[in-house]
Amino acid sequence: MLAQQVQEAAAGNDGLMLNQFLLLGAALFCIGVYGVLSRRNAVMVLMSIELILNAVNINLLAFGARFGDITGSVFALFVIAVAAAEVGVGLAIVLIIYRNRHSVDLNDVDAMKG
Amino acid sequence: MSAPALVASTPVAQSIFFYLMAAVIIGAAIAVVTTKNVVRAALYLITVFASIVGIYLLLAAEFVAVTQILVYIGAIMVLMLFGIMLTRARIGREVDLTNDNWWVGLATAVLLVGVMGYALIDYWGDEQLPDDIRIENVVDATGPSNTSTLSDSIFTTYLIPFEVVSVLLTAALVGAIVLARKDRG
Repeated sequence: MLAQQVQEAAAGNDGLMLNQFLLLGAALFCIGVYGVLSRRNAVMVLMSIELILNAVNINLLAFGARFGDITGSVFALFVIAVAAAEVGVGLAIVLIIYRNRHSVDLNDVDAMKG
Repeated sequence: MSAPALVASTPVAQSIFFYLMAAVIIGAAIAVVTTKNVVRAALYLITVFASIVGIYLLLAAEFVAVTQILVYIGAIMVLMLFGIMLTRARIGREVDLTNDNWWVGLATAVLLVGVMGYALIDYWGDEQLPDDIRIENVVDATGPSNTSTLSDSIFTTYLIPFEVVSVLLTAALVGAIVLARKDRG
């Protein structure tokens, strides 16, 4: 009985679907977008950006696996390197904001607001 | 169990693993953007990164998975926690972490996931991944793994982008030091 079910499931779906990974990436991306738009703490915004970058990596690797092309992995590595650089500079900027304003609330950083 | 079921069990196991990891990723990611505690958000973010490693392994990208552990969990999260500590966030709950107009962000995110989900399902449908995700090595056809293919590709086709990334990392390092040092004058 179980064997038959497994066999039937395998007949219709004998492997992973590309869309599973793409939809996971899309969901993770949108959660990150929500975090960037709705958080007030600058460090939390940086964390949400990391979520977005990871969603992009899932997409790159999924398409790399689908088309049998290593370019997806290469650019996933580049994205990880750029994310490391971004976090380093971003946290330095957050540190300066904290030193000057004693707060990392992004609503307080409105010097350029007209 | 009969023999065909055993043959079919690997994709089923992969699917179970995928949905387990996907559930952890989505749940922990939602916790990252909704929790009222900054340190707890950082720990949830580590959970997200660690689960994404499983997804990378399913996609046969072993080297990227290991790099994810080293760079994200090892370096970026330590940096994040340093940032949290240096900006003296309260370790307990904080009431003002989320904007008053958070619903605009929620509406944007829901709209975006709807549009992208529709587009992806409409275009890709039930497209399958290949059973054996092994990428053919153009330089060395007998290469043992995707990792050797990856290194060949980086140091031949993508050598210049690779060097540019090194320059970028150096610039980011110098920039971060210049920005964060105290005796700027």
